[in-house]
Amino acid sequence: MINGLTLGAIYGLIAIGYTMVYGIIGMINFAHGEVYMIGAFISVITFTILGPFGFASPVLAIVVVLMVALVFTSVYGWTVERIAYRPLRGSFRLAPLISAIGVSIFLQNYVHMLQGAKMKPVQPVVRGGFVLAEEGGFVVQITYLQIGIIAATLVLMAGFTLLIHRTSLGRSQRACEQDRKMAALLGVNVDRTISLTFVMGAALAAVAGLIFTLYYGAVDFFIGFLAGLKAFTAAVLGGIGSLPGAMLGGVLIGLIEAFWSAHFPIAYKDVAVFGILVIVLIFRPTGLLGRPDIEKV
Amino acid sequence: MTAARPLLSVQDVKANYGPVEALRGVSLDVFPGEIVALIGANGAGKSTLLMTICGDPRASAGRVVYDGAEITNTPLHEMVRLGIAQSPEGRRIFPRMSVLENLQMGAFAGDPANFGGDLDRVFRLFPRLAERRDQRAGTMSGGEQQMLAIGRALMSRPRLLLLDEPSLGLAPLLVAQIFATIKEINRSEGVTVLLVEQNAYHALRLAHRGYVLVNGSIRMSGAGSDLLANPDVQKAYLAGGHH
Ligand SMILES: Nc1ncnc2c1ncn2[C@@H]1O[C@H](COP(=O)(O)OP(=O)(O)OP(=O)(O)O)[C@@H](O)[C@H]1O
Ligand SMILES: [Mg+2]
Repeated sequence: MINGLTLGAIYGLIAIGYTMVYGIIGMINFAHGEVYMIGAFISVITFTILGPFGFASPVLAIVVVLMVALVFTSVYGWTVERIAYRPLRGSFRLAPLISAIGVSIFLQNYVHMLQGAKMKPVQPVVRGGFVLAEEGGFVVQITYLQIGIIAATLVLMAGFTLLIHRTSLGRSQRACEQDRKMAALLGVNVDRTISLTFVMGAALAAVAGLIFTLYYGAVDFFIGFLAGLKAFTAAVLGGIGSLPGAMLGGVLIGLIEAFWSAHFPIAYKDVAVFGILVIVLIFRPTGLLGRPDIEKV
Repeated sequence: MTAARPLLSVQDVKANYGPVEALRGVSLDVFPGEIVALIGANGAGKSTLLMTICGDPRASAGRVVYDGAEITNTPLHEMVRLGIAQSPEGRRIFPRMSVLENLQMGAFAGDPANFGGDLDRVFRLFPRLAERRDQRAGTMSGGEQQMLAIGRALMSRPRLLLLDEPSLGLAPLLVAQIFATIKEINRSEGVTVLLVEQNAYHALRLAHRGYVLVNGSIRMSGAGSDLLANPDVQKAYLAGGHH
């Protein structure tokens, strides 16, 4: 249950990136999973560099690593948009999608080349936890790390929802989604708004990458692929374009995986996840919280 | 209206959509404080001209000069900061935003300190918008959406207001009200207006001057009352007795 929530938080954070970019420019950024993977790698590398100085304060170490990861992944997110997507804006719909897959393959292989194929481990940074319940030999425990992850995710989720719905920046992002030319006529710099959206998505992916590193203690160049796919599934499950939907989808998928792994053959857990996606899409094609588009235009 | 320098001067502008030539060398001037009507048949290029003034589609030849400076190639998103606002063809309100949010978008480039006062002013002009401030704009009636599109344009405190068929699809009473509002904005606040209209009778009566656009170029121009009295204009644009 708690493992599922933690995993769900990671998926949810990545899913928000998909959903935001889709919501604003109507394209699935297939390279988003790789940005997350890079976020995780940068976390590992930074932890490793910090290692010799000792983690006198784990909080401080995490903050430093987070800053470094945010900066680097934001630059990646921005660059990818600039190089691979912007020149294709206005061409046929499939073009940026193909480009995104290309970027994804490129980033995977680039990290593979630079970092090798082996798992990169880090020392656990945060230890300890509470025992919630003890029953006949079963111990239900929640670690500090899990509490931190779930809390951080909730805060980020609330923060981004406020940002999108209550601030001028968020409004201009939604305006770009609904009518780019009109947004420009009202003074919105569309290119910059789209870049910012990518940077925000990348920043969330960096947080997810850091969380992954802290939680699993090791990363490799391939983690972005499956996590990206799952997060994309989460975004679609929740209703692509919907922020709360992305989070809900992420948590659901995390819970399904944890539940399935506990009771059924673990090898089939991904089948269960994608099976549920198919079922939901059959009955609710717009996803759980997706908007049915009825309005006059 | 003999002010020395036009606020807007369109000089031999051409524009096209791929192979389609929509403007074939249009020239017109709008002086500060004027209401200028632009009339013409469907497909004449009226909407294209308003958009080309703002820069999309860009003029492929000719110049657009605003307040003495060339803006032919100025980025779209800077126009509003220069004081040009448009209520475009098809209204283009943001359907999945509330009325209030649409008006906030209208003030996007403005000074937040003015927002409250400007909002009150728009609500005074269109009390219906105040009643509907939290409604999703896409679910409003056509007339309400039209009010919103005009109100949104006003929120940027424009010096030059470009209105594309503000009376389209409105009931006669509402048409009269919209035209009265345009006149009011022009007279009491000195906003210069370039007005595109199918409703030639109303538009020419309201406007100081008018231009007739035919097939991508200006065919005729003159004082509103002169154009109204012109037999060719009457035959082509006033048939059916618009009253
Ligand atoms: N996006 C576009 N792509 C291709 N052609 C276009 C486009 N928009 C307009 N046109 C063409 O350009 C010409 C001028 O169109 P425009 O919309 O400016 O006419 P209009 O005078 O505003 O007509 P109406 O009174 O019907 O609104 C028309 O022939 C039209 O078919
Ligand atoms: Mg038109």
